[in-house]
Amino acid sequence: MLETIVFSLLNGLLYGMLLFMLSSGLTLIFGMMGVLNFAHASFYMLGAYFAYTLGMYTGFWVALFLAPILVGALGAITERWGLRHVHQHGHVPELLFTFGLAYVIEELVRLFYGTLPMDYRMPEGLDFTLFTLFGTNYPAFRAFVLVVAVVMFIGLYLLLKKTRAGLIIQGSLSRPDIVAALGHNVPQVFMWVFAFGTALAALGGVVGGIHFVTEPGMAFMMGPIVFVVVVLGGLGSIPGALIASMIIGILQTFVLSVDFSIAHIGAWIGVTVPPDHLFATVWYLDSTRIAPVLPFLILVLTLIFRPRGIMGKREA
Amino acid sequence: MSQFQRKAGLLATAVAGVALGFTAITSAQAADPIRIAYIEPLSGPFANVGEMGLFHFRYTADRINEEHGGIMGRPIEIVPMDNRQSPSESAQLVQRAIDQGIQFISQGNGSNVAGAIVETVDRHNRRNPDRRALYLNYAAIDPALTNDRCSFWHFRFDAESRIKMAALSDFMMGEEDVKKVYLINQDYSHGHVVAAEAKRMLAEKRPDIEIVGEVLHPIGQVRDFSPYISRIRASGADSVITGNWGNDLTLLIREANSAGLDVGFYTYYGGGLGVPAAVGDRGIGTLFQITEWHANLPVEQGWSDNEEWMVGYKERHPQTDWYYQRVYNMFMMLKAAIEADQSTDPLDVAMNLRGMEWESPTGTVWMREDDHQLHQDMYISVMADLDGDQVKYDTENSGVGFSTIAKVDWEDTVLPTSCNMRMPR
Repeated sequence: MLETIVFSLLNGLLYGMLLFMLSSGLTLIFGMMGVLNFAHASFYMLGAYFAYTLGMYTGFWVALFLAPILVGALGAITERWGLRHVHQHGHVPELLFTFGLAYVIEELVRLFYGTLPMDYRMPEGLDFTLFTLFGTNYPAFRAFVLVVAVVMFIGLYLLLKKTRAGLIIQGSLSRPDIVAALGHNVPQVFMWVFAFGTALAALGGVVGGIHFVTEPGMAFMMGPIVFVVVVLGGLGSIPGALIASMIIGILQTFVLSVDFSIAHIGAWIGVTVPPDHLFATVWYLDSTRIAPVLPFLILVLTLIFRPRGIMGKREA
Repeated sequence: MSQFQRKAGLLATAVAGVALGFTAITSAQAADPIRIAYIEPLSGPFANVGEMGLFHFRYTADRINEEHGGIMGRPIEIVPMDNRQSPSESAQLVQRAIDQGIQFISQGNGSNVAGAIVETVDRHNRRNPDRRALYLNYAAIDPALTNDRCSFWHFRFDAESRIKMAALSDFMMGEEDVKKVYLINQDYSHGHVVAAEAKRMLAEKRPDIEIVGEVLHPIGQVRDFSPYISRIRASGADSVITGNWGNDLTLLIREANSAGLDVGFYTYYGGGLGVPAAVGDRGIGTLFQITEWHANLPVEQGWSDNEEWMVGYKERHPQTDWYYQRVYNMFMMLKAAIEADQSTDPLDVAMNLRGMEWESPTGTVWMREDDHQLHQDMYISVMADLDGDQVKYDTENSGVGFSTIAKVDWEDTVLPTSCNMRMPR
């Protein structure tokens, strides 16, 4: 039992951290610009593909920094020459723009790289077992992913709380009109935040592409769950995104790791439902089959009972 | 001009006209390709599987066109259609293909999709006997398709799930080390069948084997298999049986590998798509698969033509391997069935395919008329190091290949069927 708990925590932590890398950028963009960026996970995918391609020439370590910068530049271009034009027409066209962009990026990736998974591997320096616990190996690469995520969180937090740029960003998050009135170029702030957000997603992709599989479907796989994190954590809140990622990551891993159904509670309090009963399907539903819908259940409940999320200041 | 002459003249004109018409038809036919709709996921999480299949179809069609002059002198053309792995979308695509005048429909990935196609084709053919279509299934292996839900218009060229499980459990019967088995499968018809059949057959053949756990996971949605791996470990299993395919198998085995889970994997698709690359040399002696073919089979058996065919494919698509030998069988049998009566009419083709016993380069295959299930020799192979001799070719450039450890003759794969074939009128 202890074994299951420890490994569920470790695995959930890792999954949560990867979710955080993806959602931190999105929550900034969403919170500030009000744009539900459907293409956000596509930038995550681009991060993985760029790092794979660059890695062949420069090695992994250079690609780890270069790929997010490249993707960030693409993000800036997208904002400056794409979103900003669409912005004048309101939020719905913006939403549709990012929606279309996600498909365009997927098709382009497919065109250039094909549909087969890339042979994107971890650098040899990280290909060893860090420690063995209860007979299960914990690969060093996972610890590396955790370190990257933690460094990212600290950096992001300091940037937002301790620097002048962070002050302006925070201001633009809640009252962009006042920030503009103070003489700041709000559209430019938007562009930087969008670029920065996509670069963060790309960083997630650089490590996520190795941990999972680098293939054109990876964006659509991660897309929906990231929105759950953003809504649960609260718009624009980085600590909120972190907490929400952890909750989702660990909860989902736990539900999958334990063998559990309502019937177990029933047996405990002495209630049983016959297998041919109307509610038997729900009653005996294995927890592993609940796991995939769990994040979306949380999304729905959050929107009903706490629309501003855990740490958010505004309603979603 | 006499009456006779005029009549003769008319007759000659008529004959010439008819002859001209005939040549027009035949020449039109010569130029007119025989089209096969390829309905598979070409986008989404299983796009890689769909694309690899398409490589196989195109390669086979091209070589038959070049070397055998196509079918009846008409070239084969593959028409790819993206079904996004959705049964409802596939049903629409079948309709669209038929509307375009395509008579042959092929699909294989996902028995749920296959079920929808069988139903659509069956209904269409019943309502439109003048423009029927034929469904050639090269990979969907749910037993229901050739049993309770069988159709006259469906032909399956892969061994159904029970045949594979029977062979696999026969093999496991002799493996003394196998004591505790864990079942992990995708949550849809195919995965359910694999789990149920594994339990039933192991209980019969090796009652001492304990099923220590069973799990069904959503198909194509799991990114992180680590919770499943810790469950397998917690169960104390020494062997895992899985019918997973595509990324669902790659990610599962990769995760097991990085966690250092030391179990034998008994798979249906362990030699396919990304799995050998993900496992690498850690799969040696522990990754088993049941298939009709693998890359070192032609070497072991001395089938030089078959080896040349496989190498030709690898030259054209260096990133992937020749995997579906059954696609070759399917095309050649279709060719034989069409040319027997010189007719592409699906009814004639189906009548010729039924009961066909065909000598393939890899041994005799037999299409049973009772249920339209192809019976062929099956092989169990295990991942092995390349030795330059019997284990000559690696899989997916991974540096490790497969080596045969057991063979099941096609005569021994014949299982009873509950199919009550409804013949067309």
